[in-house]
Amino acid sequence: MAMGRVSLEKKFHVLAIDDSIIDRKLIERLLKISSYQVTIMDSGVKALEFLGLLDDDNGSIESTFTSTTQNHQEKVDLIITDYSMPGITGFDLLKKIKESKSLKNIPVVIMSSENVQSRINSCLESGAEEFLLKPVQQSDVNKLRPHLLRGMPESNSFGY
Amino acid sequence: MEVVGQLQKQYVDFITSLFREAYLDDQYVQLQKLQDDSNPEFVVEVVSIFFEDSEKLLNDLASSLLVSISLFWVFILCLRPSLLLMVVLFFLLFLFQLYSQQQVVDFKKVDGYVHQFKGSSSSVGAQRVKNACVTLRNFCEEKNLDGCSRYLNLVKQEFYLVKNKLETLLRVSITLW
Repeated sequence: MAMGRVSLEKKFHVLAIDDSIIDRKLIERLLKISSYQVTIMDSGVKALEFLGLLDDDNGSIESTFTSTTQNHQEKVDLIITDYSMPGITGFDLLKKIKESKSLKNIPVVIMSSENVQSRINSCLESGAEEFLLKPVQQSDVNKLRPHLLRGMPESNSFGY
Repeated sequence: MEVVGQLQKQYVDFITSLFREAYLDDQYVQLQKLQDDSNPEFVVEVVSIFFEDSEKLLNDLASSLLVSISLFWVFILCLRPSLLLMVVLFFLLFLFQLYSQQQVVDFKKVDGYVHQFKGSSSSVGAQRVKNACVTLRNFCEEKNLDGCSRYLNLVKQEFYLVKNKLETLLRVSITLW
């Protein structure tokens, strides 16, 4: 990971969502090895709550509500979610994030154990940056970095 | 010292055979790579969670394939019919169950559990368990109750086999290193 830079002031914050306890343990370890700050959720509903998107029936409520909550909670730099989850699926989550004014620019990555081309296509078409096949490995997590670096504002450059 | 060397060799032979016989696949190696001095118990932790989670899933699977039968009998008994009527009803119900098993078992629910088990076994590298789950899912899709019941036994068998081998493996590796 060394890129000839001095220590970062702030780590990238990745939000990971998976209903499987084993997969949560795995993804958490993989993300921490890559030196990301990690928040883990076990359901799409909890993730929406965390992101401040639960009351989005009325668009105007969401835009004022999320902007205030985003200031109070930590900014999320990337969201990685399992596809098949009970309740709100990863796909539903992806769509809700991309429909949100405040969160649509956050890169979203989908993980799935099923290698179904139509599923992959619909996720990518709906705005997912990557579709990772489970079990997710270090090489897959390495693919997240370019998406995180792209999201960095010019004024915050760490001297690359 | 020589004893330790012999034990180490036995460990290597054992784990090699587990890969060769497809009890474990490359994902287990990936798990080992995630373990280091900062996280020295990682493999044991993941495998322990897998054992616990799997026992629960197997119980859920077994009961999801059985629930249909008992409910009918309870219903009949609650009606408190005469003995003759009860015999007739039991007989009719038995025939009904024979022909309508497919509608009564919630195969979608069963499939959900199998999907979970397939995922978790795949995530720890338990290849034979994962493959057995794939076949079990096919029976679910066909709504084949008999096939599901039979194959569930195989999945169970494979799980307990790999559990036994992993417990041995981890016990030995803890004493050696």
